[in-house]
Amino acid sequence: MATKTIEQVESHFEMFQILNENGEVVNKDAMPDLSDEQLQEIMHRMVYTRIWDQRAISLNRQGRLGFYAPVAGQEASMIGSHYALEKEDWILPGYRDVPQVVWHGLPLYQAFLYSRGHFHGGQIPEGVNILPPQIIIGAQIVQAAGVALGLKRRHKDNVAITYTGDGGASQGDFYEGMNFAGAYEAPAIFVVQNNQFAISVPVEEQSAAKTIAQKAVAAGIHGVQVDGMDILAMYSVTETARKNALNGEPTLIESVCYRYGPHTMAGDDPTRYRTEELDNEWEKKDPLIRFRKFLEDKDLWNEDKENEVVDQAKADIKAAIKQADDTPKQKASDLIEIMYEKLPQNLQEQLEEYREKESK
Amino acid sequence: MAQMTMIQAITDAMRTELKNDENVLVYGEDVGQNGGVFRATEGLQDEFGEERVFDTPLAESGIGGLTLGLAVTGFRPVMEIQFFGFVFETMDEVVGQIARLRYRTGGKYGAPVTIRTPYGGGVKTPELHADSLEGLIAQSPGISVVIPSTPYDAKGLLISAIRSNDPVFYLEHMKLYRSFREEVPEEEYTVEIGKADVKREGKDVTLIAYGAMVHTCLKAADQLAEEGYEAEVIDLRTVSPIDMDTIVESVKKTNRAVMVQEAQRQAGVGSNVMADLSERAILHLEAPVLRVAAPDTVFPFAAAEDVWLPNENDVVEKAKAVLNF
Repeated sequence: MATKTIEQVESHFEMFQILNENGEVVNKDAMPDLSDEQLQEIMHRMVYTRIWDQRAISLNRQGRLGFYAPVAGQEASMIGSHYALEKEDWILPGYRDVPQVVWHGLPLYQAFLYSRGHFHGGQIPEGVNILPPQIIIGAQIVQAAGVALGLKRRHKDNVAITYTGDGGASQGDFYEGMNFAGAYEAPAIFVVQNNQFAISVPVEEQSAAKTIAQKAVAAGIHGVQVDGMDILAMYSVTETARKNALNGEPTLIESVCYRYGPHTMAGDDPTRYRTEELDNEWEKKDPLIRFRKFLEDKDLWNEDKENEVVDQAKADIKAAIKQADDTPKQKASDLIEIMYEKLPQNLQEQLEEYREKESK
Repeated sequence: MAQMTMIQAITDAMRTELKNDENVLVYGEDVGQNGGVFRATEGLQDEFGEERVFDTPLAESGIGGLTLGLAVTGFRPVMEIQFFGFVFETMDEVVGQIARLRYRTGGKYGAPVTIRTPYGGGVKTPELHADSLEGLIAQSPGISVVIPSTPYDAKGLLISAIRSNDPVFYLEHMKLYRSFREEVPEEEYTVEIGKADVKREGKDVTLIAYGAMVHTCLKAADQLAEEGYEAEVIDLRTVSPIDMDTIVESVKKTNRAVMVQEAQRQAGVGSNVMADLSERAILHLEAPVLRVAAPDTVFPFAAAEDVWLPNENDVVEKAKAVLNF
């Protein structure tokens, strides 16, 4: 009896797809209403992000970047979901979700400063509705419920979207966040980028549930599993989730994807837990390859366009690194000053002590 | 002026700020129609509506996350953790998230958050309700920790906490909720966070305490007075940051001090006070600073509270030890 219930539930969570691996439309009815320019802009962002990821990895290896979690393989998942948002929507990212916050308005050089551990990386410009990338797995999920409730109380037509990975779906905060948003009918979207491994632990070992999407059922919110290597599918489900969110119905989106690189650049070696065959299998599903084919068939993309983006990305990254390099170095007194609006007695004394030290 | 218990003063402070600022929200488990398990939020939902005073699902980490999210959308949340022992469930959201928000955003987003929670021994609760865990929060940069010992201070400190643009952890000793009444102005007023208060003046020995131990020290001071010693009693009121200026000033006068806390010896904030005194006032001291604290065990099951909690005789004994050193 119990098994039958689970099977019935799981049968509702088949993976949603629009473009197959060959760039062919397999779900014409679900095709989102995007102009040619928008389709090109999406491709532009994916190519740009891929180049940025490659440069970031190389800068990290040269010791010029610091903490970095590679994103290649997840571009459709990140950029497709982000493209469905409005400027005033809020993003609560995990540490890998830097592309979304940069495309939402965080200057690239500040993203680099975040990687380096400079506090200016977290000084989000006015009007950019994001929080800094979250390190604690799942903490941003309960916060997203709070931002969503805040937006609702302020009668804004905006949503809060938050991102985590497949490992994040095992955290208590994941359940609490979905449950709170559901209970308050708050405009929240929870994206789980299921890239198959939580550092090294495969998703099959995280849970007995066949999908992560089905975990929405217990919270009484919408749940959908989507091909996270298919940018049109990612865009489409997020667009629908956004409409539902504004109607007081949160959604859990499970994006099935893959990260080609290591967990982070801090010594992770994926050959310890993944096979080359698996890597090859997923690289065939690459989001850029299939979307490029789709656009080329429509005569919306070609090598010149691609090269233009590559050149632009490289130039931007070079300029952003320079700007990051030119940012004044941090002093201990700076850190003391950003702790409180009004410094308490103990920090007042310590501020004087450090200023004295720094003046020598 | 009205005669109020501490819990009435706390309710009054929340009512005052709910009236003053439409961004103030009050919420937690059972705080809505039920008015809180101690009735601290009694009547507030009826007065201010379900959008401003409301129940949450039963999940402390979720409540903490809700708070951070509401804070960044411009609200001024007053969240309740039903009992302090439940803070472990939301330790990340409190000290890993809310307390770090301003630093993490380079000063851009403050967290104008008040976290209220009852704690304290002597009322025979089940496990993990009464523990003095203030030291855990006090060790976390970015959040102040406030503990009133009187109805007057309770109202003024809570209003200050709610108005603060940085987070304040506000601890309410359960034994003091209804133990006595005092005159509390009906109008609004604030008591500054980070300022200790001399609750009784004396010239022979300084007793430093917070929470219910302030009253233990006042009783001890009465006993000492019978024997001809004038004890000064300092109520820290804020245990992070600690007002060392007031303490040092007192010790310069008395030359002797005893640190008194309900928390275990290894917990609380007594060690900080004593270490700071040795840095700042050692040449004024005529005797080592001694301490009264609970033993380093888990907070006891209810029937063992009486033998475990420090009492006024312990304070008198240590005070005499420093007086007769």
